[in-house]
Amino acid sequence: MRWPRVLIPVAVIAAGAAWWLTAPGTVTAEHYEALTGDAEHGQWLFTAAGCASCHHAPEAKGEDRLVLAGGQAFASDFGTFYAPNISPSASGLGSWSLLEFANAVTQGVDDAGRHLYPAFPYTAYTKMAPQDVADLYAYLQTLPASDVASKPHDVGFPFNIRRSLGGWKLLFFSDDYVMPENGNARGRYLVETLAHCGECHTPRNALGGLDKSRWLAGAPNPNGKGTIPSLTPDKLDWSAADVAYYLETGFTPDFDSVGGHMAEVVDNFAKLSAKDRQAVAAYIKALPAP
Amino acid sequence: MKTIVTATAVLAMLAGSVLAEENRQLEGRKGQFNILALNVGILGGMAKGAMPYDAEAAQAAADSIVGVSMVHQATLFPEGSDSMSIDDTRAQPNIWDNFSDFESKWAALGDAARNMQTVAATGQEAIGPALGQLGGACKACHDTYRAPE
Repeated sequence: MRWPRVLIPVAVIAAGAAWWLTAPGTVTAEHYEALTGDAEHGQWLFTAAGCASCHHAPEAKGEDRLVLAGGQAFASDFGTFYAPNISPSASGLGSWSLLEFANAVTQGVDDAGRHLYPAFPYTAYTKMAPQDVADLYAYLQTLPASDVASKPHDVGFPFNIRRSLGGWKLLFFSDDYVMPENGNARGRYLVETLAHCGECHTPRNALGGLDKSRWLAGAPNPNGKGTIPSLTPDKLDWSAADVAYYLETGFTPDFDSVGGHMAEVVDNFAKLSAKDRQAVAAYIKALPAP
Repeated sequence: MKTIVTATAVLAMLAGSVLAEENRQLEGRKGQFNILALNVGILGGMAKGAMPYDAEAAQAAADSIVGVSMVHQATLFPEGSDSMSIDDTRAQPNIWDNFSDFESKWAALGDAARNMQTVAATGQEAIGPALGQLGGACKACHDTYRAPE
């Protein structure tokens, strides 16, 4: 079939518009120029954001979990993603500027200007304050270097075309909060931004976008059998003190203990302050039923 | 015909006894974790302040935890009793790939339990840190070897 001549410019414009719309976005450089990172506060952010839980080597224990060599596998409906090396070495983020780091963490764009897969929760981190990004960057520089090469993701067509992620971002990438602040800015920042709880506890649609109408309402476990539990009040009947105690000790109100990937999340929360854990608990208890 | 019926009956009986044996092991290992949870619950209640501190009850709970930690795990975790092979268990198949690591994690529970046993009667404030070590031992094993619900 020959295209009616009049449609050709329309198609060209549409293709051009699609190309433009799917272009990787970047942060505003001026927001970062004057910033000096505070590594000490960066350590708090690093713990709250759980960076090591995904980026340490698969079998690392104890202090070795601070060597961010990558290599852990994350299965999904779209393929298997491997956490990359983000240690300060040539195989990791050694040569990355703060601006490049900010683009990766808050915009999901790497140092070569390519879209990153949202297995990396920049969809949550996008709400990080620029000063916090600078602090986190400063802290990462203090960690041990590893020369282990990052493993390529195992993702099939069409998801292996990174430009297609531009379309995904148009649909699902937003820096809006889900819940109102409710006088608990710290709890909301911890849950929705840093600890990225929604990434596992919220169900996803067929394209892998979070179904925010069922925010934290529980979801199938992408890593295999079982489910990630709901945190909404129709299912979770723990008190705020129970939630805070669980995040500190890993014990449920029945004194069963935490397991799976959540065990590492609890390890992180245990290192934060009681006030932080209470803020998270208050946020959870304020959730509406879906 | 008679032979076939007899053979089938014998096989069914054998299968039944294998199943019964498996159930006993499964019940045994679930039972030990329940005993652990009940006693950790007493210490946790005291640590949280949800229940008044009682040195004698704390000691009894700690002693019970030590008792359970002395149970030899290989007896309760035979090959083929993982979550892929049978129902009603969250025991991951990788336990049997790393059985010595699995046992050393159980031994770490024993260390934490004996520490609790030493401090439980010395005062309410001693319970929290000892409980932290106990919880760490639970987590370290569940992190690797227990499937999610």
